[in-house]
Amino acid sequence: MMAPIRQAHGSDALKLVLAWGFVGIPLVWGIVQTLVNALEAFH
Amino acid sequence: MTRLIGITRPAPGDWKLTQLGWIFSLAIFILGTSAALLGRWVEEGGPRKAMFTAAWCFGDGFLVSALGVHLHQLWIIYLGYGFIGGIGLGLGYISPVSTLIKWFPDRPGMAIMGFGGAAFIAAPLSVWLMTRFSTPSHIGVGETFVVLGLIYLCFMMVGAAIVRVPAPGWAPAGYVASAQPKPLVTTQHVYVYDALRTPQFWLIWWILCLNVTAGIGVLSQASAMSQEMFGGRITAVAASGLVGLFSLFNMGGRFAWSSISDYIGRKNTYFLFFALGTLLYALVPYAGSVGSVGLFVLCYAIIFSMYGGGFATVPAYLRDMFGTRYVGAIHGLLLTAWSMAGIFGPVLVNYIRQYNITHGVARAQAYNVTMYVMAALLIIGFICNVFVRFVHERFHMRAVHADVKVEGAPVFGRQ
Repeated sequence: MMAPIRQAHGSDALKLVLAWGFVGIPLVWGIVQTLVNALEAFH
Repeated sequence: MTRLIGITRPAPGDWKLTQLGWIFSLAIFILGTSAALLGRWVEEGGPRKAMFTAAWCFGDGFLVSALGVHLHQLWIIYLGYGFIGGIGLGLGYISPVSTLIKWFPDRPGMAIMGFGGAAFIAAPLSVWLMTRFSTPSHIGVGETFVVLGLIYLCFMMVGAAIVRVPAPGWAPAGYVASAQPKPLVTTQHVYVYDALRTPQFWLIWWILCLNVTAGIGVLSQASAMSQEMFGGRITAVAASGLVGLFSLFNMGGRFAWSSISDYIGRKNTYFLFFALGTLLYALVPYAGSVGSVGLFVLCYAIIFSMYGGGFATVPAYLRDMFGTRYVGAIHGLLLTAWSMAGIFGPVLVNYIRQYNITHGVARAQAYNVTMYVMAALLIIGFICNVFVRFVHERFHMRAVHADVKVEGAPVFGRQ
Protein backbone atom coordinates (compact mmCIF):
# COMPACT_ATOMS: atom_id res chain seq x y z
CA MET A 1 0.00 0.00 0.00
CA MET A 2 2.84 2.43 0.81
CA ALA A 3 4.82 2.09 -2.41
CA PRO A 4 2.22 3.56 -4.75
CA ILE A 5 1.78 6.50 -2.36
CA ARG A 6 5.55 7.21 -2.33
CA GLN A 7 5.64 6.94 -6.12
CA ALA A 8 2.75 9.34 -6.39
CA HIS A 9 4.54 11.81 -4.10
CA GLY A 10 7.77 11.54 -6.12
CA SER A 11 5.88 12.00 -9.34
CA ASP A 12 4.03 15.01 -7.90
CA ALA A 13 7.31 16.60 -6.79
CA LEU A 14 8.78 16.13 -10.28
CA LYS A 15 5.70 17.65 -11.86
CA LEU A 16 5.92 20.59 -9.46
CA VAL A 17 9.59 21.19 -10.32
CA LEU A 18 8.86 20.93 -14.05
CA ALA A 19 5.85 23.22 -13.86
CA TRP A 20 7.63 25.88 -11.79
CA GLY A 21 10.74 25.59 -13.98
CA PHE A 22 8.64 26.01 -17.11
CA VAL A 23 7.24 29.28 -15.75
CA GLY A 24 10.01 30.33 -13.37
CA ILE A 25 13.09 30.21 -15.62
CA PRO A 26 11.77 32.68 -18.23
CA LEU A 27 10.30 34.75 -15.43
CA VAL A 28 13.61 35.08 -13.56
CA TRP A 29 15.42 35.88 -16.82
CA GLY A 30 12.87 38.63 -17.55
CA ILE A 31 13.10 40.08 -14.05
CA VAL A 32 16.92 40.23 -14.19
CA GLN A 33 16.89 41.90 -17.64
CA THR A 34 14.26 44.36 -16.45
CA LEU A 35 16.14 45.35 -13.31
CA VAL A 36 19.45 45.75 -15.18
CA ASN A 37 17.82 48.10 -17.71
CA ALA A 38 15.84 49.99 -15.04
CA LEU A 39 19.01 50.78 -13.08
CA GLU A 40 20.13 52.90 -16.06
CA ALA A 41 17.51 55.48 -15.07
CA PHE A 42 19.23 56.13 -11.76
CA HIS A 43 22.80 56.45 -13.12
CA MET B 1 11.97 50.08 -29.42
CA THR B 2 13.73 50.64 -32.73
CA ARG B 3 15.97 53.22 -31.01
CA LEU B 4 17.19 50.47 -28.72
CA ILE B 5 18.61 48.55 -31.66
CA GLY B 6 20.15 51.63 -33.26
CA ILE B 7 17.46 52.86 -35.69
CA THR B 8 17.07 56.60 -35.05
CA ARG B 9 15.48 58.05 -38.19
CA PRO B 10 12.39 57.10 -40.21
CA ALA B 11 12.64 55.83 -43.78
CA PRO B 12 10.29 56.64 -46.67
CA GLY B 13 7.21 54.37 -46.47
CA ASP B 14 7.51 53.81 -42.72
CA TRP B 15 4.18 53.49 -40.93
CA LYS B 16 3.32 56.33 -38.53
CA LEU B 17 3.24 55.77 -34.78
CA THR B 18 -0.46 56.69 -34.69
CA GLN B 19 -1.21 53.97 -37.29
CA LEU B 20 0.75 51.41 -35.29
CA GLY B 21 -0.97 52.44 -32.05
CA TRP B 22 -4.24 51.12 -33.47
CA ILE B 23 -2.80 47.58 -33.58
CA PHE B 24 -2.67 47.57 -29.76
CA SER B 25 -6.05 49.27 -29.37
CA LEU B 26 -7.67 46.83 -31.81
CA ALA B 27 -6.14 43.82 -30.02
CA ILE B 28 -7.46 45.05 -26.65
CA PHE B 29 -10.88 45.82 -28.18
CA ILE B 30 -11.12 42.32 -29.70
CA LEU B 31 -9.86 40.83 -26.42
CA GLY B 32 -12.86 42.26 -24.57
CA THR B 33 -15.34 41.54 -27.35
CA SER B 34 -14.27 37.91 -27.81
CA ALA B 35 -14.24 37.38 -24.04
CA ALA B 36 -17.79 38.75 -23.88
CA LEU B 37 -19.09 36.72 -26.83
CA LEU B 38 -17.28 33.45 -26.06
CA GLY B 39 -17.32 33.54 -22.24
CA ARG B 40 -20.32 31.24 -21.95
CA TRP B 41 -18.74 28.76 -24.38
CA VAL B 42 -15.56 28.76 -22.27
CA GLU B 43 -17.58 28.22 -19.09
CA GLU B 44 -19.76 25.40 -20.44
CA GLY B 45 -17.23 23.75 -22.77
CA GLY B 46 -14.40 23.76 -20.25
CA PRO B 47 -11.04 25.53 -20.26
CA ARG B 48 -9.06 23.01 -22.35
CA LYS B 49 -10.88 23.64 -25.63
CA ALA B 50 -10.70 27.37 -24.96
CA MET B 51 -6.97 27.33 -24.20
CA PHE B 52 -6.28 25.18 -27.27
CA THR B 53 -8.19 27.66 -29.44
CA ALA B 54 -6.48 30.60 -27.72
CA ALA B 55 -3.04 29.10 -28.41
CA TRP B 56 -3.73 28.70 -32.12
CA CYS B 57 -5.31 32.15 -32.46
CA PHE B 58 -2.54 33.95 -30.56
CA GLY B 59 0.30 32.04 -32.25
CA ASP B 60 -1.25 32.38 -35.70
CA GLY B 61 -1.87 36.08 -35.06
CA PHE B 62 1.90 36.56 -34.81
CA LEU B 63 2.54 34.49 -37.94
CA VAL B 64 -0.04 36.44 -39.97
CA SER B 65 1.52 39.67 -38.66
CA ALA B 66 4.93 38.45 -39.84
CA LEU B 67 3.41 38.04 -43.29
CA GLY B 68 2.07 41.60 -43.04
CA VAL B 69 5.54 42.90 -42.20
CA HIS B 70 7.06 40.88 -45.04
CA LEU B 71 4.55 42.24 -47.59
CA HIS B 72 4.55 45.70 -45.89
CA GLN B 73 0.74 45.62 -45.62
CA LEU B 74 -0.52 47.20 -42.40
CA TRP B 75 -4.03 45.79 -42.77
CA ILE B 76 -2.61 42.26 -42.54
CA ILE B 77 -1.03 43.18 -39.18
CA TYR B 78 -4.36 44.61 -38.00
CA LEU B 79 -5.93 41.30 -39.04
CA GLY B 80 -3.14 39.17 -37.53
CA TYR B 81 -2.14 40.70 -34.21
CA GLY B 82 -5.23 42.89 -33.79
CA PHE B 83 -8.09 40.58 -34.76
CA ILE B 84 -6.88 36.93 -34.71
CA GLY B 85 -4.37 37.57 -31.91
CA GLY B 86 -7.00 39.60 -30.02
CA ILE B 87 -9.34 36.59 -29.99
CA GLY B 88 -6.47 34.47 -28.64
CA LEU B 89 -5.82 37.09 -25.96
CA GLY B 90 -9.48 37.18 -24.90
CA LEU B 91 -9.90 33.40 -24.74
CA GLY B 92 -6.50 32.92 -23.12
CA TYR B 93 -7.28 35.53 -20.50
CA ILE B 94 -10.66 34.27 -19.31
CA SER B 95 -10.17 30.52 -19.60
CA PRO B 96 -8.01 30.11 -16.46
CA VAL B 97 -10.15 32.50 -14.36
CA SER B 98 -13.04 30.34 -13.22
CA THR B 99 -10.81 27.23 -13.20
CA LEU B 100 -8.43 28.84 -10.70
CA ILE B 101 -11.24 30.27 -8.60
CA LYS B 102 -12.74 26.76 -8.36
CA TRP B 103 -9.36 25.22 -7.41
CA PHE B 104 -8.64 27.88 -4.77
CA PRO B 105 -11.98 28.85 -3.19
CA ASP B 106 -10.08 30.02 -0.09
CA ARG B 107 -7.95 32.53 -2.07
CA PRO B 108 -10.07 33.69 -5.02
CA GLY B 109 -8.20 36.98 -5.28
CA MET B 110 -4.79 35.36 -5.65
CA ALA B 111 -5.89 33.25 -8.60
CA ILE B 112 -5.31 35.86 -11.29
CA MET B 113 -1.84 37.36 -11.41
CA GLY B 114 0.14 35.92 -14.32
CA PHE B 115 -0.97 38.19 -17.15
CA GLY B 116 1.09 41.22 -16.10
CA GLY B 117 4.32 39.24 -16.00
CA ALA B 118 4.42 38.64 -19.75
CA ALA B 119 5.47 42.22 -20.52
CA PHE B 120 8.81 41.99 -18.85
CA ILE B 121 9.59 38.67 -20.48
CA ALA B 122 8.33 39.67 -23.92
CA ALA B 123 9.93 43.15 -24.00
CA PRO B 124 13.59 42.11 -23.47
CA LEU B 125 13.05 38.95 -25.52
CA SER B 126 11.69 40.99 -28.44
CA VAL B 127 14.62 43.42 -28.30
CA TRP B 128 17.08 40.52 -28.14
CA LEU B 129 15.43 38.74 -31.09
CA MET B 130 15.32 41.92 -33.18
CA THR B 131 19.00 42.49 -32.47
CA ARG B 132 19.75 38.94 -33.64
CA PHE B 133 17.70 39.27 -36.83
CA SER B 134 18.48 42.88 -37.77
CA THR B 135 20.60 43.56 -40.86
CA PRO B 136 21.66 46.84 -42.47
CA SER B 137 18.57 46.67 -44.71
CA HIS B 138 15.86 45.71 -42.16
CA ILE B 139 15.27 45.50 -38.42
CA GLY B 140 14.11 41.90 -38.09
CA VAL B 141 10.53 42.53 -36.94
CA GLY B 142 9.05 39.82 -39.22
CA GLU B 143 11.43 37.11 -38.00
CA THR B 144 10.83 38.20 -34.40
CA PHE B 145 7.08 37.82 -34.92
CA VAL B 146 7.58 34.28 -36.27
CA VAL B 147 9.77 33.17 -33.34
CA LEU B 148 7.49 34.78 -30.75
CA GLY B 149 4.42 33.19 -32.36
CA LEU B 150 5.96 29.73 -32.19
CA ILE B 151 7.13 30.23 -28.58
CA TYR B 152 3.66 31.40 -27.47
CA LEU B 153 2.03 28.50 -29.33
CA CYS B 154 4.25 25.95 -27.53
CA PHE B 155 3.84 27.46 -24.06
CA MET B 156 0.09 27.88 -24.38
CA MET B 157 -0.32 24.33 -25.70
CA VAL B 158 1.39 22.99 -22.58
CA GLY B 159 -1.09 24.97 -20.48
CA ALA B 160 -4.00 23.58 -22.51
CA ALA B 161 -2.69 20.02 -22.13
CA ILE B 162 -2.40 20.08 -18.34
CA VAL B 163 -5.38 22.20 -17.29
CA ARG B 164 -8.03 20.44 -15.17
CA VAL B 165 -11.36 21.44 -13.68
CA PRO B 166 -11.85 20.23 -10.09
CA ALA B 167 -14.72 17.87 -9.38
CA PRO B 168 -17.89 19.60 -8.12
CA GLY B 169 -17.64 20.29 -4.39
CA TRP B 170 -13.84 19.99 -4.32
CA ALA B 171 -12.06 21.89 -1.54
CA PRO B 172 -8.39 22.29 -0.51
CA ALA B 173 -7.21 20.19 2.45
CA GLY B 174 -8.36 21.75 5.71
CA TYR B 175 -10.57 24.31 3.99
CA VAL B 176 -13.97 24.78 5.57
CA ALA B 177 -16.32 27.28 4.00
CA SER B 178 -17.31 29.94 6.51
CA ALA B 179 -20.69 29.24 8.05
CA GLN B 180 -21.09 32.93 8.84
CA PRO B 181 -22.09 34.89 5.73
CA LYS B 182 -19.50 37.56 4.92
CA PRO B 183 -20.66 41.01 3.94
CA LEU B 184 -20.94 41.34 0.15
CA VAL B 185 -20.00 37.68 -0.49
CA THR B 186 -22.78 35.52 -1.91
CA THR B 187 -23.21 31.76 -1.56
CA GLN B 188 -25.66 31.77 -4.49
CA HIS B 189 -25.10 31.80 -8.25
CA VAL B 190 -26.37 34.22 -10.88
CA TYR B 191 -26.89 33.17 -14.52
CA VAL B 192 -24.55 34.91 -16.94
CA TYR B 193 -27.16 36.99 -18.77
CA ASP B 194 -29.11 37.77 -15.58
CA ALA B 195 -25.95 39.43 -14.26
CA LEU B 196 -26.33 42.01 -17.03
CA ARG B 197 -29.66 43.06 -15.49
CA THR B 198 -28.12 43.92 -12.14
CA PRO B 199 -26.79 47.39 -11.24
CA GLN B 200 -23.80 45.68 -9.61
CA PHE B 201 -22.49 44.43 -12.96
CA TRP B 202 -22.58 47.89 -14.50
CA LEU B 203 -21.09 49.59 -11.44
CA ILE B 204 -18.18 47.12 -11.49
CA TRP B 205 -17.95 47.62 -15.27
CA TRP B 206 -17.36 51.36 -14.70
CA ILE B 207 -15.02 50.68 -11.78
CA LEU B 208 -12.83 48.50 -14.01
CA CYS B 209 -13.12 50.81 -17.01
CA LEU B 210 -12.07 53.92 -15.06
CA ASN B 211 -9.23 52.19 -13.20
CA VAL B 212 -7.89 50.71 -16.46
CA THR B 213 -8.38 53.91 -18.50
CA ALA B 214 -6.14 55.79 -16.08
CA GLY B 215 -3.53 53.02 -15.96
CA ILE B 216 -3.43 51.99 -19.61
CA GLY B 217 -3.25 55.61 -20.78
CA VAL B 218 -0.04 56.33 -18.90
CA LEU B 219 1.32 52.81 -19.44
CA SER B 220 1.11 53.27 -23.20
CA GLN B 221 3.09 56.54 -22.92
CA ALA B 222 5.29 55.78 -19.89
CA SER B 223 8.48 55.55 -21.95
CA ALA B 224 7.95 58.81 -23.87
CA MET B 225 6.57 60.56 -20.80
CA SER B 226 9.58 59.75 -18.60
CA GLN B 227 11.97 60.96 -21.31
CA GLU B 228 10.04 64.20 -21.93
CA MET B 229 9.42 65.05 -18.27
CA PHE B 230 13.10 64.54 -17.40
CA GLY B 231 14.67 65.67 -20.68
CA GLY B 232 18.27 64.49 -21.04
CA ARG B 233 18.30 62.61 -17.72
CA ILE B 234 16.40 59.51 -18.82
CA THR B 235 17.69 57.82 -21.99
CA ALA B 236 15.68 55.54 -24.30
CA VAL B 237 17.34 52.46 -22.76
CA ALA B 238 16.62 53.66 -19.22
CA ALA B 239 13.03 54.48 -20.19
CA SER B 240 12.51 50.96 -21.54
CA GLY B 241 13.96 49.67 -18.27
CA LEU B 242 11.50 51.79 -16.32
CA VAL B 243 8.60 50.42 -18.39
CA GLY B 244 9.84 46.93 -17.52
CA LEU B 245 10.10 47.92 -13.87
CA PHE B 246 6.52 49.19 -13.96
CA SER B 247 5.48 45.85 -15.49
CA LEU B 248 7.12 44.18 -12.54
CA PHE B 249 4.94 46.24 -10.20
CA ASN B 250 1.97 45.53 -12.45
CA MET B 251 2.47 41.80 -11.89
CA GLY B 252 3.51 42.11 -8.25
CA GLY B 253 0.43 44.25 -7.64
CA ARG B 254 -1.79 41.49 -9.00
CA PHE B 255 -0.40 39.13 -6.41
CA ALA B 256 -0.19 41.59 -3.50
CA TRP B 257 -3.44 43.51 -3.90
CA SER B 258 -5.56 40.47 -4.72
CA SER B 259 -4.14 38.71 -1.66
CA ILE B 260 -4.88 41.77 0.47
CA SER B 261 -8.42 41.79 -0.96
CA ASP B 262 -8.93 38.29 0.42
CA TYR B 263 -8.56 39.83 3.88
CA ILE B 264 -10.01 43.34 3.64
CA GLY B 265 -12.66 42.61 0.98
CA ARG B 266 -12.94 43.70 -2.65
CA LYS B 267 -14.91 46.87 -2.04
CA ASN B 268 -12.37 48.22 0.45
CA THR B 269 -9.53 47.28 -1.90
CA TYR B 270 -11.07 49.36 -4.68
CA PHE B 271 -11.65 52.22 -2.25
CA LEU B 272 -7.90 52.12 -1.58
CA PHE B 273 -7.07 52.03 -5.32
CA PHE B 274 -9.19 55.06 -6.06
CA ALA B 275 -8.20 57.16 -3.03
CA LEU B 276 -4.47 56.44 -3.23
CA GLY B 277 -4.50 56.58 -7.04
CA THR B 278 -6.07 60.05 -7.06
CA LEU B 279 -3.35 61.32 -4.72
CA LEU B 280 -0.53 59.71 -6.73
CA TYR B 281 -1.72 60.94 -10.14
CA ALA B 282 -1.93 64.46 -8.69
CA LEU B 283 1.64 64.09 -7.35
CA VAL B 284 3.23 63.17 -10.72
CA PRO B 285 3.30 66.77 -12.09
CA TYR B 286 4.93 67.88 -8.82
CA ALA B 287 7.61 65.17 -9.24
CA GLY B 288 8.28 66.53 -12.74
CA SER B 289 8.40 70.17 -11.59
CA VAL B 290 11.01 69.46 -8.88
CA GLY B 291 12.92 67.07 -11.17
CA SER B 292 12.61 64.11 -8.81
CA VAL B 293 13.03 60.89 -10.82
CA GLY B 294 12.76 58.89 -7.60
CA LEU B 295 9.36 60.35 -6.68
CA PHE B 296 8.15 59.90 -10.28
CA VAL B 297 9.18 56.23 -10.27
CA LEU B 298 7.67 55.66 -6.82
CA CYS B 299 4.32 57.20 -7.85
CA TYR B 300 4.17 55.15 -11.05
CA ALA B 301 5.31 51.96 -9.35
CA ILE B 302 2.38 52.15 -6.91
CA ILE B 303 -0.02 53.28 -9.66
CA PHE B 304 0.91 50.27 -11.82
CA SER B 305 0.69 47.91 -8.87
CA MET B 306 -2.91 49.11 -8.45
CA TYR B 307 -3.55 48.89 -12.20
CA GLY B 308 -2.59 45.21 -12.09
CA GLY B 309 -4.34 44.80 -8.76
CA GLY B 310 -7.56 46.10 -10.30
CA PHE B 311 -7.46 43.40 -12.98
CA ALA B 312 -6.62 40.67 -10.51
CA THR B 313 -9.22 41.62 -7.93
CA VAL B 314 -12.16 42.03 -10.29
CA PRO B 315 -12.84 38.29 -10.91
CA ALA B 316 -13.04 37.79 -7.15
CA TYR B 317 -15.33 40.85 -6.88
CA LEU B 318 -17.59 39.21 -9.49
CA ARG B 319 -17.40 35.88 -7.69
CA ASP B 320 -18.47 37.60 -4.45
CA MET B 321 -21.42 39.24 -6.22
CA PHE B 322 -22.56 36.52 -8.64
CA GLY B 323 -21.14 33.18 -7.33
CA THR B 324 -18.74 30.82 -9.06
CA ARG B 325 -21.00 29.01 -11.56
CA TYR B 326 -20.79 31.57 -14.38
CA VAL B 327 -18.03 33.81 -13.07
CA GLY B 328 -15.79 33.13 -16.10
CA ALA B 329 -18.51 34.11 -18.56
CA ILE B 330 -19.53 37.17 -16.52
CA HIS B 331 -15.87 38.14 -16.33
CA GLY B 332 -15.72 37.81 -20.12
CA LEU B 333 -18.63 40.25 -20.46
CA LEU B 334 -16.97 42.64 -18.03
CA LEU B 335 -13.81 42.73 -20.13
CA THR B 336 -15.66 44.95 -22.64
CA ALA B 337 -14.74 47.61 -20.05
CA TRP B 338 -11.09 46.86 -20.86
CA SER B 339 -11.91 47.21 -24.58
CA MET B 340 -13.30 50.67 -23.99
CA ALA B 341 -10.42 51.63 -21.70
CA GLY B 342 -7.92 50.42 -24.31
CA ILE B 343 -9.28 53.13 -26.61
CA PHE B 344 -10.14 55.88 -24.05
CA GLY B 345 -6.84 55.78 -22.13
CA PRO B 346 -4.24 56.15 -24.91
CA VAL B 347 -6.48 58.55 -26.86
CA LEU B 348 -6.94 60.81 -23.80
CA VAL B 349 -3.22 60.89 -23.05
CA ASN B 350 -2.12 61.38 -26.66
CA TYR B 351 -4.66 64.04 -27.59
CA ILE B 352 -4.31 66.13 -24.41
CA ARG B 353 -0.51 66.05 -24.80
CA GLN B 354 -0.76 67.06 -28.47
CA TYR B 355 -3.23 69.85 -27.65
CA ASN B 356 -0.89 71.23 -24.97
CA ILE B 357 2.18 71.12 -27.21
CA THR B 358 0.27 72.79 -30.07
CA HIS B 359 -0.70 75.57 -27.64
CA GLY B 360 2.87 76.22 -26.59
CA VAL B 361 3.14 74.18 -23.39
CA ALA B 362 6.68 72.87 -22.80
CA ARG B 363 7.04 69.10 -23.38
CA ALA B 364 8.05 68.56 -19.76
CA GLN B 365 4.68 69.96 -18.59
CA ALA B 366 2.56 68.57 -21.45
CA TYR B 367 1.30 65.66 -19.32
CA ASN B 368 0.23 67.67 -16.25
CA VAL B 369 -3.40 68.19 -17.29
CA THR B 370 -3.63 64.51 -18.27
CA MET B 371 -2.61 63.49 -14.77
CA TYR B 372 -5.30 65.68 -13.21
CA VAL B 373 -7.89 64.24 -15.64
CA MET B 374 -6.86 60.71 -14.62
CA ALA B 375 -7.19 61.69 -10.94
CA ALA B 376 -10.70 62.98 -11.67
CA LEU B 377 -11.62 59.67 -13.38
CA LEU B 378 -10.56 57.81 -10.24
CA ILE B 379 -12.82 60.01 -8.09
CA ILE B 380 -15.75 58.93 -10.31
CA GLY B 381 -14.64 55.30 -9.83
CA PHE B 382 -14.66 55.83 -6.07
CA ILE B 383 -18.26 57.05 -6.23
CA CYS B 384 -19.31 54.01 -8.34
CA ASN B 385 -17.75 51.74 -5.73
CA VAL B 386 -19.79 53.39 -2.96
CA PHE B 387 -23.00 52.21 -4.65
CA VAL B 388 -22.06 48.50 -4.94
CA ARG B 389 -24.48 46.48 -2.79
CA PHE B 390 -25.52 42.83 -2.42
CA VAL B 391 -27.22 41.32 -5.53
CA HIS B 392 -30.98 41.00 -4.98
CA GLU B 393 -32.14 37.41 -4.47
CA ARG B 394 -34.55 37.55 -7.42
CA PHE B 395 -31.46 37.22 -9.68
CA HIS B 396 -30.19 34.04 -7.96
CA MET B 397 -30.30 30.73 -9.88
CA ARG B 398 -32.48 27.94 -8.53
CA ALA B 399 -30.45 25.00 -7.11
CA VAL B 400 -31.41 22.57 -9.92
CA HIS B 401 -29.80 24.87 -12.51
CA ALA B 402 -26.84 25.97 -10.42
CA ASP B 403 -25.49 22.42 -10.01
CA VAL B 404 -25.46 21.48 -13.72
CA LYS B 405 -22.13 19.83 -14.51
CA VAL B 406 -19.81 21.36 -17.10
CA GLU B 407 -20.27 19.17 -20.17
CA GLY B 408 -17.20 17.59 -21.66
CA ALA B 409 -14.81 19.31 -19.28
CA PRO B 410 -12.01 17.19 -17.79
CA VAL B 411 -12.45 16.90 -14.03
CA PHE B 412 -9.85 16.17 -11.41
CA GLY B 413 -9.61 16.12 -7.63
CA ARG B 414 -11.54 14.81 -4.68
CA GLN B 415 -15.08 15.55 -3.60
